[in-house]
Amino acid sequence: MLIEVLFFLLVMIAGTAGELCMARAMKTVGEVTDFRPWALVGVARRALSVPWTWIGLGLMTLAFFALLAVLAIENVSFVVPVTALSYAVGALGGRVFLHERVNAARWAGVLLVCIGVTLVLLGKR
Amino acid sequence: MKELRTLHFKTYVLILVIVIFSPLGSMLLSKGMKGLGAPVAWTPGEIARFVAFVLSSETVWLGIGSLIVFFVAYTLVLSWADYSYVQPASAFAYGTAALLGHFVLGDKVSALQWAGIMVICMGVFIVGRTPMRTTEQN
Repeated sequence: MLIEVLFFLLVMIAGTAGELCMARAMKTVGEVTDFRPWALVGVARRALSVPWTWIGLGLMTLAFFALLAVLAIENVSFVVPVTALSYAVGALGGRVFLHERVNAARWAGVLLVCIGVTLVLLGKR
Repeated sequence: MKELRTLHFKTYVLILVIVIFSPLGSMLLSKGMKGLGAPVAWTPGEIARFVAFVLSSETVWLGIGSLIVFFVAYTLVLSWADYSYVQPASAFAYGTAALLGHFVLGDKVSALQWAGIMVICMGVFIVGRTPMRTTEQN
């Protein structure tokens, strides 16, 4: 049980922190307007030159392997909504780390997502 | 105005890709990993068996491919849209995941779980009505 809790925490915290780092890196790269393959290769090159990308990739890799371990234990319709708890952490991270304006409506939406996740958890018991 | 329409269009298209490929990847990984079963202990030998299984499963590789498509779409959309917008908006994926789990893997999804997924979708709808970009672009 303890090992499962640890893996869930890894999926949630490392995954969200990794995504926040990736978001910061992509904001540094700038808005992508050209979606042709060679242009996307250029975007990838620019993104890989930003340190936040590597930190994000490291954290997301950690979260990915934790998810693989969790998936071996639980069924997917339980596992995937559990990771939705990271929405509250994500909204907070977006506000503090990326300086996004998270207004009342967005917080309300995030709260509903968290309630939905709780219902999914209760429905599993 | 046209610029705003383009912004909305490309955001919605990429979120659609995210909503499809993220749960598809998870489902394929789940299907692949189920063959391994619950590990009895996290010893080096057990971990080595775990990694060897991952590398030899076609289903797991298909899952990884789907997650790469998801990751590229997710990364691209973050170049212009707020993380606190994109992350909840992609929660529609949980509905897709439950459908895939139920109809493809045969997972049991209870009425309460379906209700939870509906509430998640309502939350996503509210977030979707907020501005998708609140920071200055570089």
